[in-house]
Order: sequence, then C-alpha cells, then structure tokens
Amino acid sequence: MTMHEDALLRASSQGGWDRRTLLKTFGAGAVAMAGIPLLTGCTGGSAPASSGANTATFGSGSSDEVPKAAYKAVTDAFEKKSGIKITTNVVAHNDFQNKINTYLQGSPDDAFTWFAGYRMQYYAGKGLLAPIDDVWEKVGGNFSDALKKASTGADGKMYLIPNYNYPWGFFYRKSLWTEKGYTVPTTFDELKTLATKMKGDGLIPIEFADKDGWPAMGTFDYLNMRLNGYQFHMDLTAHKESWDQKKVSDVFDTWKALLPFQNPNSLGMTWQDSAKSLADKKSGMYLLGSFLTQQYTDKAIADDIDFFPFPEIAVEGRDSIEAPIDGLLLSKKGGQNQAAKDFLAYVGTPEGQDVYASVDSSNIATAKGADTSKFTPLNKKLADAISGAKNISQFFDRDALPAMANNVMIPALQTFIKDGTVDVKNLEAQAKSLYAAQ
Amino acid sequence: MSVSTNPSARGRKAVAPARRVRRLSRRDKLVLGLMVGIPTLIQLVLVWIPTLMSVGLSFTRWNGLELTDIKPAGAENYQFIAQDYPPFWPAMQHNVLWLAFLAFVATPLGLLLAVLLDQNIRGTRIYQSIFFAPVMLSLALIGIIWQLFYNRDSGLLNFVLGTAGTPQAVDWFGDSSVNIWAALFAATWRHAGYVMILYLAGLKGVDPTLREAAQIDGANSVQTFFQVIFPAMRPVNVIIIVITVIESLRAFDIVYVINRGTNGLELISALVIQNLVGEGQVIGIGSALAVILLVISLIPITFYLSRAFGKDKEA
Repeated sequence: MTMHEDALLRASSQGGWDRRTLLKTFGAGAVAMAGIPLLTGCTGGSAPASSGANTATFGSGSSDEVPKAAYKAVTDAFEKKSGIKITTNVVAHNDFQNKINTYLQGSPDDAFTWFAGYRMQYYAGKGLLAPIDDVWEKVGGNFSDALKKASTGADGKMYLIPNYNYPWGFFYRKSLWTEKGYTVPTTFDELKTLATKMKGDGLIPIEFADKDGWPAMGTFDYLNMRLNGYQFHMDLTAHKESWDQKKVSDVFDTWKALLPFQNPNSLGMTWQDSAKSLADKKSGMYLLGSFLTQQYTDKAIADDIDFFPFPEIAVEGRDSIEAPIDGLLLSKKGGQNQAAKDFLAYVGTPEGQDVYASVDSSNIATAKGADTSKFTPLNKKLADAISGAKNISQFFDRDALPAMANNVMIPALQTFIKDGTVDVKNLEAQAKSLYAAQ
Repeated sequence: MSVSTNPSARGRKAVAPARRVRRLSRRDKLVLGLMVGIPTLIQLVLVWIPTLMSVGLSFTRWNGLELTDIKPAGAENYQFIAQDYPPFWPAMQHNVLWLAFLAFVATPLGLLLAVLLDQNIRGTRIYQSIFFAPVMLSLALIGIIWQLFYNRDSGLLNFVLGTAGTPQAVDWFGDSSVNIWAALFAATWRHAGYVMILYLAGLKGVDPTLREAAQIDGANSVQTFFQVIFPAMRPVNVIIIVITVIESLRAFDIVYVINRGTNGLELISALVIQNLVGEGQVIGIGSALAVILLVISLIPITFYLSRAFGKDKEA
C-alpha cells in the first residue's frame, strides 16, 4: 500500500511528466505489488525460529497509542511473571492488515494480533496458522460457547485466543429520550413506530453514515441475521448460500422500510460526522459499534449515552449479536514455540485481560472473571449483551472474503442507499467469480 | 536514433559521426555499454518485467499465496470486468469525461493564465507561484483543502451559497450526480497551473521578432497570438496534448482522497488500486484492469513517440 501510494504521490507531484512515469505508475507500479508476494513466496519457508525456550516474538497491528500501550503492559506483566522474553514488533494497523498475506508467508512473528471469522479461517485453511487446541485446554473454561465457536477454524481446531470485543447496536442519548418520552423498541414494528414519532419531532430518527462504505454493512448484517438467522449469515458470507435468492432480496426489501428513517445524507458523511450529530441531539439513535463512544471526550455526553440491541424481526429473537473479536493467533512457525503458547494462554486468562483493560478500557474483555468493577454502567450493559448472546457474528468484512466486502458490497450498498435498488443476480455473479479465485 | 541509419539526408553531416564511432577504444565501448546497460536493466526490472507479469497474471486466478495456486483462467477476468463488474463502465465514462473536461476547460484555462502572466504585469512571479502551488501540494493536503471547501455542513462553498446547515445544502462529496464535478473542479485547479508553467516556458521561447513582424504587418494581438505565436509553439502543444491525455487516464489522487473512488467517482485507476492493493486484493481482476489501462495509455504514448522521433528525422 504505502509503497504504491508513494509511487503515485511522487508521480503526481511531478505532475505527469511523461510516458515513463505513466508506465511506472500504472503499468508497473500496480503490477509490482502483485509481484511482491511472488518474490517472498520464493524465499518462503521460515527463518530460523527463535524457539529458544525462553523467547517469543509478537507482531502487533495495534499501532494506535492506547492499544499499543495496553499490549506493552500485557507483555511486560507476562515477562515478569514467566521470565519469558517477548519481543514486540508494532506495525501500523492498515499496513499490517494489507500485508498479512506476505507477512504470513515470509518470516512472521510467533504470535500476532488478528480477528476471528472468515479472515482467520481462511489463513488457517491455507496452513499458515498453528492450531492451539492445547492452549484452549488450559484456558478454554474462561470463554463462553459463542466465543469458542468464533475461535474455531473450519477444520474444527482452535486458532484464536480472544482478547476483547465490541458490540454493535443502537446508541442514543438518555436525556433526549426521557425528555421526549421514547421507550426502547424490542421489535422491528416498535422500531418503525418510534422512528416515525422521532421524524414527527423533527429529528433524524436513525443516524447513518456511509461515505467510507463499510458502516452500512452493520445494518445489512443485523437485518439478515434477524430475518434469516445466524447460520444463514455465516453461510452467505462464506458463499455456501447463493446471493440470488428470496432470502437475500427480503433483507433489502425490509431495509427499504427503514431507509426513509436513516440520515438521507449518509453518503457524504463519515461515522465521526454522525457521532457528532447524535451528540448534538439532531438524531434519535445510531446503529454502530461501541467504538462510537470513543468520540465523546466530553464526560457529560459520554455518561448520557445508552445502548439497546437490534430489535427482533422474524427468527431467533435477539440471540445473535454483532461483536467483532480481536485476539491473538500463532503463526505456523510459532506453533513450535512453547513460550509463544504460554504467552497466548496468559492473554486468555482474566488476569492478562485485566492488564490490557487497565490501559485500554474502550473495549470489553472476553474472559469470564475479568474485572468488571471499573466498568461504567454502559460498558456493563455492553458486556452483558455479549455474554447473553447465543451467537456472535464478526461483521460482514470479517466474516466474508475481504474482496467481497470491499469490492462488491461497498458499491452495492451505496447504490442501494442511493436508489433503493439492488441486483442480487449480479451480486451472485461477482461472488462466484471472487470466491473461485481463492 | 543513430544518424547513420539515414544516410540519404544531409550526407555531409552523416559522415563525421560515422567515422568517430569507428575510433572508439575498448574502454570507451565498456563505458558506453555500462551507461546504456544499467538504465536499460533498471527499466527492464522496474517496468517491463512487471508489465509482462501483469499481462500474464491477468489471464489467471490467483489468491496471492502459493505459486502453485495460480490457475489459468483464459479471458474470464476480462469477461467479468465487462459483464459483471458494475463500477467498470461508469469508470470508463468518468475517465472520458475527465479527458474532455481537462482538454476543453482546464488546458485552455492554463493557456489563458500563461498568456496573461506573460505580459510582464506587476507581480507576475507571485501570480505564477500561486497558480503553480497546487501542482506541488501533497495528496493529504489537497484532501484537507477541498474538505474545507466542499463539506456539507461547515464547508466554505455551502456557506457562501447560504445553504450551510439547511436541508437544501448541496452534498458536494456524497451526492453522486454532483461529486464528479466537484472532483473535476479540483483537478482543474491543479492541471491549469501545470499547463500554465509549460506554456509560459513556451512563450518565452518564441522568437520576439515574430511578434514584431506580425505587428508591422498590421495584425492585432488576437490574430498575432492565434496565427503566429500559437503555431510557433508546436513542440509545447504536442507535449500539452500528451500530458492532458495522460493526466486524465491516471487521474486518481483527488477521487481517492474524497471517497476512494466509489459512489459516482469511479475511475479505472482507482479500481486498479482497489483490486490490487490491500485486503480486497483480487490479483487476476486487478491485473486485467491494469492491462486495460495500459492498452488505452499506449495510444497517446505511441502518438507522442511517433511525433518525437518523426521530428528527429526531419531535422
């Protein structure tokens, strides 16, 4: 990414010199990117493992200030406790995600930060990760069944130690709702009635932003899970189910009833813009992940934010929750290093997760018995919503093939938001082609 | 282009270099070989090999992992792009629109600026710097600048129009029927400055006696410009044509900073990036898109090269 962008920047700052720049920029620059995995593929294999009994390496994509410090605290505490030395390599998180292919094939660290869902199962299926069933035997009791399901690969083996997650749902300002006498809707009809009432009060009922493309996937996921169930969501995102069927069209038809209540300017807004609108009491509620609350640095507003899960529609009540899980994986090479396994086991204990949460409190620790005494009432509510859920989905772009999410769903959802139409036949044609390329 | 390949023209000139070539010592040859060889090698490694690889990959399916995962796919990627990939045809249209807009609005504007600033008005250098500045700015800075202008609620433009904060406010980035024009305006802002600098250099190069002669013959300033000065800048004109075409084909940065080239701002270059770089990587399709862009680009490149070398022969 950066390499290519640099090339483009350089080329454009010269302002389009000549044919050579052009060739370098597009004919070659883009292609050179395609060549990189190839080159590293050749060097392949693994560099001599640092599997001396008392050291392990840890690759972290958590490059933002707070999570970075939080992982530092975790490794420090682990080193002190076990005498094992952990060497951490922090990479900017976009780079880390974009280069994961090359990273895993080159000489990856023993342990590294990643996500649950298809994006984990895919690399597990390619044999680039090490199964950690033995670690799960030790710490598995700390996790709920839903978390266990999310940490399992397609082959039934365990691959992930969950560290924290953050639920998606509706957020709203308590003071506004008390003032207007709104109550929390538990069914879709109640939600529509409430939204109609809010519109009558001059509010934007459901705050919505989709300039970046991905936030709309949250609405799609919830409607899909509430209409067709959790398993259908998983099968659709893994492309075991066709897109060209009534169940999928029903999702969009149901969404159409919601569209008039969502912010009509969503395509020009980022979620940060929407967060501001909610804080300003211009809109009634906002369907987003709990990272929304990080935007409210003013304590008066932060304390005024409350949460309710997505109302039920047709099946499974409110059993499923969308709560992307972040955690640690072992690379193929790291699977031979007992020290790295010990580190993962530590992260899977309430003790390890408390250390993390003591620095980064914006997420919800996943292990049972983690300290909840410092939770705000909102955090407690979020944690309860997750622990009460039977199924945890990972958000469309983690449950599906990334190319499907980025290249197909983003334009399709943006078109739907704009025109209210969607071509499920074309979605299926694109899905077929992209999944076949894997 | 060795002159000796063209012995019929100006025989007197051709003889001297030919004799000099024969006098090259072994060391000269070695030095010359290195001087030609190293750039050729770099060019080969950085340009031609990746280009050919890209052409090859465009006929395959590959997940980017093991080399053994590369599967032949025939022309399927191209078929997919033409039939099943919704952003492709809008992207083609936008690239054509981009070309038309740069050719008929931005480039003439740059020429106009050049002619005005060539009049030795006071502070001409300051104006030149101001108009040229956008060409030098970085991507990130451009994003911020246009955000300040176009933002729906707090942007300068809606504020000037008096619609900021009202439901009538134009959503310059989010409304897909408007945002391409917003992006084109931003592109013009850069392109005009660039064209201006090139034409300023061209105008300085025009022999002033031409202008005087035209005036003595009774031509007014408009006639002088269009019938004498402009044709005399033919080499610059050719470069400008090529640059305009190339700029419109590789237009990328502005739409990328706005919304990564989605929702009404699709461009082929943005699609190439989306399909080749990062998580949405689909190497076969991305390579096919890159090849399509390359083939289209070859047209102006061929035009430019034939002009450039054709002129060598004439000389």
